Amino acid sequence: MNIRFNDETFRNDYTFKNSDAAIKRFPFPFDKDSYMYAVNMEPHTPVREGSVYYNSFDVDEHYVSEMRDRAMVLDEDPLRCQSLPHMELAGWDLLELIMVEKAKDYPDLFELHRDGDNWHWINKPLGIDDKFTFMDATTLPYGPMEYITRQTQGDFCVLDQRDDNLWMDAGMVTTQADWSLDFDIGMNFFEWHAPVPLAHEKGIFVRALKFLLNIQQGAPARRLNWTMTVNPLLDTSPENYHKWGIQKTTLTPENIGNKQHLRVELQTFFRLPRSNGLVFPIRCYLIKLEELVTYPKWARRFHRVIRDLPVELATYKGFIDNRPMILEYLSQFDDGAETSPGVWPED
Amino acid sequence: MSSGAAKIAVKVTDVVEVNELVKRFRFERTDGGLMPTFSGGAHTVVEMDDHGTRRLNPYSLMSSPQDRSAFTISVRRDDEGRGGSLFMHNHVKTGMEMTISNPVNLFSLDLRARKHLMIAGGIGITPFLSQIAQLDNSNGNFELHYAVRTKSLGSYVDELTAKHPNDVKIYYDDQKEMIDLENLLDGQPLGTHLYVCGPKGMIEWVRKSAADAGWPRETVHYEEFLAPEPGKPFEVKLAISNKVIQVGETQSLLEAIEAAGVDAPYLCRGGACGMCETEVIGYDGKFIHNDHWLDDSEHLSGKKIMPCVSRFEGKTLVLDR
Repeated sequence: MNIRFNDETFRNDYTFKNSDAAIKRFPFPFDKDSYMYAVNMEPHTPVREGSVYYNSFDVDEHYVSEMRDRAMVLDEDPLRCQSLPHMELAGWDLLELIMVEKAKDYPDLFELHRDGDNWHWINKPLGIDDKFTFMDATTLPYGPMEYITRQTQGDFCVLDQRDDNLWMDAGMVTTQADWSLDFDIGMNFFEWHAPVPLAHEKGIFVRALKFLLNIQQGAPARRLNWTMTVNPLLDTSPENYHKWGIQKTTLTPENIGNKQHLRVELQTFFRLPRSNGLVFPIRCYLIKLEELVTYPKWARRFHRVIRDLPVELATYKGFIDNRPMILEYLSQFDDGAETSPGVWPED
Repeated sequence: MSSGAAKIAVKVTDVVEVNELVKRFRFERTDGGLMPTFSGGAHTVVEMDDHGTRRLNPYSLMSSPQDRSAFTISVRRDDEGRGGSLFMHNHVKTGMEMTISNPVNLFSLDLRARKHLMIAGGIGITPFLSQIAQLDNSNGNFELHYAVRTKSLGSYVDELTAKHPNDVKIYYDDQKEMIDLENLLDGQPLGTHLYVCGPKGMIEWVRKSAADAGWPRETVHYEEFLAPEPGKPFEVKLAISNKVIQVGETQSLLEAIEAAGVDAPYLCRGGACGMCETEVIGYDGKFIHNDHWLDDSEHLSGKKIMPCVSRFEGKTLVLDR
C-alpha cells in the first residue's frame, strides 16, 4: 500500500482534511437509519481490503500529522500518558503486538528484526531507527507503552484484568472524546463508564464486561462509537475544555459543512498474552459534514439518525444546542429516498 | 467447531513419566513455528479423539512463559474419571499429532502484589510452575507451600527445592506433615496475595481460613477445574437448533450438544470461566449443578445451566441453544 502522508494541523488553523480515498474508507458507523446503544461487538478480522477494518492497526494519510499533534499534547500535559507500576509487562505486550502487526501489515513502512531479546525497529514515516533489548526499559527513550503509542494512531487504554473486572491502570490518551485518563486512572469498568446515560439501565455494561473478560489471545474484537466535534480537534479533553468547548458556539449555516465533524471511534480489544491484560485502542476518525455528504446514502442516513436521536444522547454527545443547525444543513441532502442496509457508501 | 479459543496444531515431542501417577507431555507446533506467549497460570485445552469420543480437557501450562519452543503439561492419571487422563497416559505417544487451544488464563498473578503466597496440593502444582518462572524473570517475591502424598509422588519437588531452597517448603502427608495455615496467613506482609490450587477440600480450607483471618476477597485466588461428573443419561431439547439429544452416562451435556453438530460456546470446560452459560427455557425435573460460575440463587432459579459440568435428572429440559 502506498500512503501519501498529509502535512496538516488539528489546532489553530485546522488544515486537516480527508482525501477522496480517505472519505471513501471512512468508518461510517450507522448500518440503518436510527441509532441506539448496543454492545455491537464483532471479531476484529479483516473486512474489505483497503477499509479501516483490514489491518490490526490501521495506518492512514493522517499518521504523521497525528503523531506530531500527540507529541505537542504530551509536551503540554505529560499526565496524558500514565502507567501504574504493575503495568510495565502489559506495556511490553503492547509494544510487541503493535510492532509485529505493523511490520507484517505494512512492510514498506515498518520493519522489526528480532534476534532473541535484541530487537531492531524501523519506522520509516517517522524516521525512527532504534535498537533495544526487549523487556529492558532502560534501553528505550520512554517506557514501552509510551514509546510505541507515540508511534501509533489512536488512544490506548491498557487494562489490568483481575477480580472479574477490568481496571484502567495505564494508557496514552490524547485524542479523546471528553474523558480524562488522569481522572479515570485506577478505576474499574463500571466506574469509568458511570457517566454514560441509558446504557446502564439496559444492562449493556454487564454484558459488555462479560464479553471483554473472555476475549482470547489471537481473537481480537471491535466496535464503533461516535460523537460530534466542531473543528477537527483530536484533543477534545476535559483538561482543555476551556479551549475547545467555546468553539461549539462558532457554527454558522455558512461554515457548518466545513467546521462540523462526525467523530468516529474504532474501538478494538486485544488480549495481552504475557500480562493477561487487555488493550483497548480507541482510534479516532474525523470527517467534515461536507465530506460526508458526498455520498448520498450517508447523507440521507446521517440526517435521519441525528434527527431521531434521543435528547439524552444528543446532550451526552455534546451537540444538543447545535442539533437544529446540523439538521437544517443535512436536510438539504435527504430527499426521503430509501437507504440500502449496511455501512458501505456505495453498496 | 468455531467455539473455544483458537487452535494450534501440535506434535507430541516428549512424554516423560514423572512418577507412577503423573506424566509430562511436550507439544511443539507441527509447522515448526513459535508457540504463542502466555502468562503464568494459563491453561490449554487438549483435544482428544478417544476411539471416536471427542474429549477436550483443560491442563495448566507448566513451562516457562518465556520459552516459545514448546508447551508442556503434566497429567495425573485418574482411574475413576471419564477417561481423558487415561487416554493421555495410555495412548498419547511421542510423534503423535494433536490439537490444543491457545492459552487462556483464569488464574493469573495479581501483578500489584508485593508478595505471592502460593499453596499447592498434588497435581495442583502445575500452574505455579509457570507462575514461578514468570516471577523469576521479574524478580518477583513468592513463597510456595506444597503438600504431596509421599516423596515418590511429589512431582517436581526436587527441581523446585533445588532452584528455590528458601522459597519452597514441601509437606509430606505420609509423614503427617501439615501446612500450618493459621500461622502462615498471620505472618504475611501487607500487600500479599494468596493463591491456591489443589484438591477441592484444600481450596475450601484455604479460602475459608483466609476469609476467617480477614483477608480481603480480592487477594485470594484459586483455580479448580472440575471434571464433568458421570450421571444418569437424560434427554434435552435444543430449541434454537430444533433437535432432541441424549446425554450419555459418561458424556457431559456440552459434549452431547457438540456431538449433535451444534456449535456451543465454551472455554475452560471446567465450570470456571462462564463462557458456556446457557438459558433454560423450560424443565420438569431437577438440576445437578456442578459449576462454580453461577451463584446459589442462579442455581435455584432454574433459568441457567453450565453444560460443561452440570447435569439434569427428570422428564424434560429445554435449552435456548
